[in-house]
Amino acid sequence: MQSNSTNKQIKWDEMPDERGHFGPYGGIFVSETLMGALDELRLAYEKYLADDEFLAELDADLKHYVGRPSPVYHAQRLSEVLGGAQVWLKREDLNHTGAHKVNNTIGQALLARRMGKKRIIAETGAGQHGVATATVAARLGLECVVYMGEVDVARQEANVYRMKLLGAEVVPVSSGSKTLKDALNEAMRDWVTNVDDTFFIIGTVAGPHPYPAMVRDFQAIIGREARKQMQEQAGGLPDALVACVGGGSNAIGLFHPFLADESVAIYGVEAAGAGLDTGSHAAPLCAGRPGVLHGNRTYLMEDKNGQIIETHSVSAGLDYPGVGPEHSWLKDIGRANYVAVTDDEALQAFHDLTRIEGIIPALESSHALAYARKLAPTMSKEQNILVNLSGRGDKDMHTVASLEGIEL
Amino acid sequence: MSRIAERFAALKMEGRSALIPYIAAGDPQPQATMRLMHTLVKSGADIIELGIPFSDPMADGPVIQRAAERALEHDVSLHDVLDMVREFRNSDANTPVVLMGYLNPIEVMGYEAFAEAASKAGVDGVLTVDLPPEEGSEFLQALKANQLDPVFLIAPTSDASRIKRICDASSGYVYYVSLKGITGAGHLDIGSVKEKVEEIRALSDLPVGVGFGIKDAETAAKMAEIADAVVVGSAIVSRIEAEAASLDAVDRVVGEFVTELSSALQTRE
Repeated sequence: MQSNSTNKQIKWDEMPDERGHFGPYGGIFVSETLMGALDELRLAYEKYLADDEFLAELDADLKHYVGRPSPVYHAQRLSEVLGGAQVWLKREDLNHTGAHKVNNTIGQALLARRMGKKRIIAETGAGQHGVATATVAARLGLECVVYMGEVDVARQEANVYRMKLLGAEVVPVSSGSKTLKDALNEAMRDWVTNVDDTFFIIGTVAGPHPYPAMVRDFQAIIGREARKQMQEQAGGLPDALVACVGGGSNAIGLFHPFLADESVAIYGVEAAGAGLDTGSHAAPLCAGRPGVLHGNRTYLMEDKNGQIIETHSVSAGLDYPGVGPEHSWLKDIGRANYVAVTDDEALQAFHDLTRIEGIIPALESSHALAYARKLAPTMSKEQNILVNLSGRGDKDMHTVASLEGIEL
Repeated sequence: MSRIAERFAALKMEGRSALIPYIAAGDPQPQATMRLMHTLVKSGADIIELGIPFSDPMADGPVIQRAAERALEHDVSLHDVLDMVREFRNSDANTPVVLMGYLNPIEVMGYEAFAEAASKAGVDGVLTVDLPPEEGSEFLQALKANQLDPVFLIAPTSDASRIKRICDASSGYVYYVSLKGITGAGHLDIGSVKEKVEEIRALSDLPVGVGFGIKDAETAAKMAEIADAVVVGSAIVSRIEAEAASLDAVDRVVGEFVTELSSALQTRE
């Protein structure tokens, strides 16, 4: 399907450049105090990425602690109902802690230990990254502090309690819009203050270099596995990939190993919230413009004066005004298509998968499923769509129930 | 010679360090700012740092973050900030004004357009907290073409090669962040500041300002013994916050506090 012939010369594995640029995006935009720490992190990451012992340790953890490889599942009943392409699901929801987030937190926590850092901090929105971070911190015996916006603390009570059970300190953030972006600001402030002994585990492919590249590399296991699994189970590469995009870590993890495969169409699905035309959404790639926030240049939701505006999505994990810089670049060069689905469409897809396949998806992943529902009927029965089922929906029970007027 | 360089040259003759108070433009309301800038000057400010409000001030503590939120409640934009400087310049042709803020509002305006407008409004220097010199070549070009001094931060974590690179990119003065932390933090160690300022001096002839965590006249005076300029922000802004209901009261408490700071700097040996 779509592919830009001018992209043939791009060496996908050599992106970003040495200072973290994906075309005009990415880079390092932080206060001077953090420059040394980012350099230290980059050097450590480059060193251990080429260290067989470290990679063996990571692989062993992914296998025995996370439960990888995660299966690829052919959703036959759903495919029949949709009446077009075959829909396959990459089951990241079956990972330990229930989402793809742990692929990255394991990697960064092992790196933190190698670097001799005793204290871990993290930001979280829906709480999935916070839980995944608290989990690995518990396992490695590291001190863990998670910053979370007050609004998210209120709507994700169960995850807050999980983090506390795991021994993390959860710090509610009351500044700004009291959501993920403010939690990120607060975590940055902590890092500036405690930069000598603290490792900041960023949960998505955003932030200053090396985070977007490093988190992508830890998440790319999703796409590497899926590529092999599709060849074995479906007899070839999928015709299309679909993944939801908040910051975009599950999406880039799936997409990256397929970027050079021109026959594979790529769709990133943003949260259109109440609708792109209402302004009440979280779709910077579809409806924002480039700017600088949280250490990188990327597409943002901002007002005419460059102030970051509040976002809305039924899914807390997509409720973020920025996006990873590699996505911004893939959009501009036309290698990936970015689309958006509304809260209502995502909820419909949530119910469909639950009733048709017996799998309760996270509301984030439901956005990818909602787009697959639109895409499948436009394709033939011989074609294959691979959807990244990035997380399970247990955490969303309260949100979905309360939308239906049910009190749990 | 730029207004900032002239000011530092004059202070050198006098044998004293500069006092640089910081206020956030539009805090607690837009109409407070120009009056406050004149009050700062009357009370002994040598240079004014004027904050550009931003929704996500990552390097600032709660005090300055709330100041930005108060200004943004009144939709204070970068255009408005430049208007305030222009108005101030109508009645003060001498006091250098340095804008301090984050890159995104400037990106939206465009580097060239911003630099031209800022220069016309009477701005003298620009400090962008989240723009390291490595990412700043286009921005620096725009500033220099419009005779604006780029002021960069040096941190306790900056090594000699970074200090050199930052000083090479800066003009007017460089700003040493006196602690690992955010603005208004409370763990200042004067001994280590002294050491680092000496390291910077060995690498550059630029005047060195020191800020972050300087809360009172006594600390300001101690810093003035070490540095060419002392920046006080959160301690002023918290006084603005306490009196925000009355602009007269804001003006009075800020005037009193800045007078106290400047007398402490004047009387140094």
